[in-house]
Amino acid sequence: MIRLEKRASPSRFWLYATPVVAVLLTMVVGGVLFALMGKNPVEVIRTIFWDPLFGEFAFYLRGQLLVKAGPLILIAIGLALGFRAGIWNIGAEGQYIMGAICGAAVGLAVFPTENRMIYPVMVIAGAFGGWAWAMIPALLKTRFNTNEILVSLMLVYVAETILAKAATGFLKNPEGMGFPGSRNFSSYPAAANPELIAGSGLHWGGVAALVTAGLAWVLLTRHIAGYQIRLAGQAPRAARFHGVSPGRLVVLCMGLSGALAGLAGLFEVTGPAGQISIDFNTGYGFTAIIVAFLGRLNPLGIVLAGFLMALTYVGGEMAATNLGLPDAAIQVFQGMLLFFLLAVDVLTNYRFRRSAGALGAK
Amino acid sequence: MKRRTLLATAALGLGLAMGGSAFAQGMEKVKACFVYVGPIGDGGWTFQHHQGALDVQKAFGDKVELQWQENVPEGADAERVLTQMALGGCNIIFTTSFGYMDATNAVAAKFPDVKFEHATGFKRDHANVSTYNARFYEGRAVQGTIAGRMTKSNKIGYIGSFPIPEVIMGINSYYLHAKKVNPDVQLSVVWAFTWFDPAKEADAAKALIDQGVDVIASHTDSTAPLAEAAKTEGKVIGFGQASDMAEYKDGPRVSSIIDNWGPYYVERVGALLDGSYAQKDTWAGIAGGEVLIGEITAAVPAEVKAEAEALRDAIAAGTYHPFTGPIKKQDGSDWLAEGATAPDGDLLGMMFYVEGVVGDIPQ
Repeated sequence: MIRLEKRASPSRFWLYATPVVAVLLTMVVGGVLFALMGKNPVEVIRTIFWDPLFGEFAFYLRGQLLVKAGPLILIAIGLALGFRAGIWNIGAEGQYIMGAICGAAVGLAVFPTENRMIYPVMVIAGAFGGWAWAMIPALLKTRFNTNEILVSLMLVYVAETILAKAATGFLKNPEGMGFPGSRNFSSYPAAANPELIAGSGLHWGGVAALVTAGLAWVLLTRHIAGYQIRLAGQAPRAARFHGVSPGRLVVLCMGLSGALAGLAGLFEVTGPAGQISIDFNTGYGFTAIIVAFLGRLNPLGIVLAGFLMALTYVGGEMAATNLGLPDAAIQVFQGMLLFFLLAVDVLTNYRFRRSAGALGAK
Repeated sequence: MKRRTLLATAALGLGLAMGGSAFAQGMEKVKACFVYVGPIGDGGWTFQHHQGALDVQKAFGDKVELQWQENVPEGADAERVLTQMALGGCNIIFTTSFGYMDATNAVAAKFPDVKFEHATGFKRDHANVSTYNARFYEGRAVQGTIAGRMTKSNKIGYIGSFPIPEVIMGINSYYLHAKKVNPDVQLSVVWAFTWFDPAKEADAAKALIDQGVDVIASHTDSTAPLAEAAKTEGKVIGFGQASDMAEYKDGPRVSSIIDNWGPYYVERVGALLDGSYAQKDTWAGIAGGEVLIGEITAAVPAEVKAEAEALRDAIAAGTYHPFTGPIKKQDGSDWLAEGATAPDGDLLGMMFYVEGVVGDIPQ
């Protein structure tokens, strides 16, 4: 029979081959699923992966890929730093919301003043909102040893409630006739985050995502803090002997990922979303977890993974609208990607071995 | 379904009759597109919009091509989906949630030849944007009458989604009509802060039942409140919301408010086909067939059923307005004088409870 045997050291080949194999497997199994639903699998896969890049409407959709990938990359990079150190911030969605609320509140408070300093201050407030929200699970962990996975996740639901309060209460548009939702930033130039080049989809959030990816790569490979993060994840005991303080690392990683998620929220609310609304958050904070792993927790890998994920969203929407696929089928397709990634990932640390042992006797 | 088809056919006849006198140029074929905020399988809000879309197909056959997208988040994603649809050749796009308001107007500015129809909003920034809504508060009046007569504890409940005028006018209408038939009635409101979240909706229903409430109306989209009421073995009754929710007929569901968008969708697509299309703001109710009262079951005594149906018919005939004075606001100040009816502007901006409702509107 075949059994799994642990490799002495992780396979470098499979580390990089895994995402590619996972995408191919998703295409094949997804294709079978679409075929069973009575659709032409080749057409569906082409609509998802090819049309947004090279199809009829690519001129518009390429920019949209950047709009969608930007926040995913920004959040995923922050998460990846923590994940590498074994610190599991699952609540980026909540930090994203709080960043958006704090940043938007600053801008709305000074409406309609026009001043070039307004937007930079909003950006700082956005990062602060996400950072502060992430500090709650971080401090609870360092002081009381609570589980940061549970606390950060639960705080997402608290943040959603605060968001509903903001949209229907303290940030509500005073000229909105009682309807929920804040003023739209698109009609307030000093606080808006417009497209930098028309039609490109690039706004300050996209710029921040790419710059952050570069900085994170430098941090991880060239800086002592990056070394400590990697060491803490690979060998916690060795890290402690090395003088790495676990508490400080928790505060650093949670704070960084929270601030980046908050930034993503601020760029989104002032740009593509335009306003604080009840359903402002659309799951970027959770999807970024998939992006972080798909990108191998490597900043440059995350950039690629962010675009791939954006492709399945934008292309998936096209497939749903043009080919009449139910949205659930697209979600299953995206879910498969993570499933196959984790399944194939086994090959990084294990290898298959033939054995004539007792296991086969059954 | 039969009834809907009938209505759709009737509306089609109307559309054709009106189209005959119009000089504007019609279209050979219309691609009608729908953007949904939830899954079609929600059994409530989105399900009903999709039924309306299917009515359009039934009414015009191959002169209409349908396209739709489920689960479209409000904000940037909605803008992209709308742009894709407009680029993809949609002639008319129905955006079926309040949260699509800004996205609808933003995309409409870029595609002046495409017609946009936004449900429940108020912004018509461009000539190609129309808005439509239904007078659900008329249905709440019928529910309130049933609730006031049926409650044994004199405590009735309402699960609010968000504190917005749409919901508050429903609460006020429900309370006023319960109080009319039962002066001792007390209303409890629980805010779920969601449109669709079965777990939260069930919790809200549970909280009401714990307070001794035995009639529950809800303004959220799922069947969870009815499922919760069903656990009380007949002590608590409720109503179907947005959709008939007929599967609870043998249990707690005694009637329902059904959103019936078919007639409006058929009218608008028909107008585009025959060239009579024009921008407008529509707010129809029971009279226009947009709001239907689902069957009142045998759990309700015959005289109560007759009373509720008489109220429904009076609203349909236009002889009765659910907000007819004298009505005071919660703080005791005057709102409507004897015999006066509420102007639409007051209703659309309604951010106050009427006299007798306990509690504050969350701010």
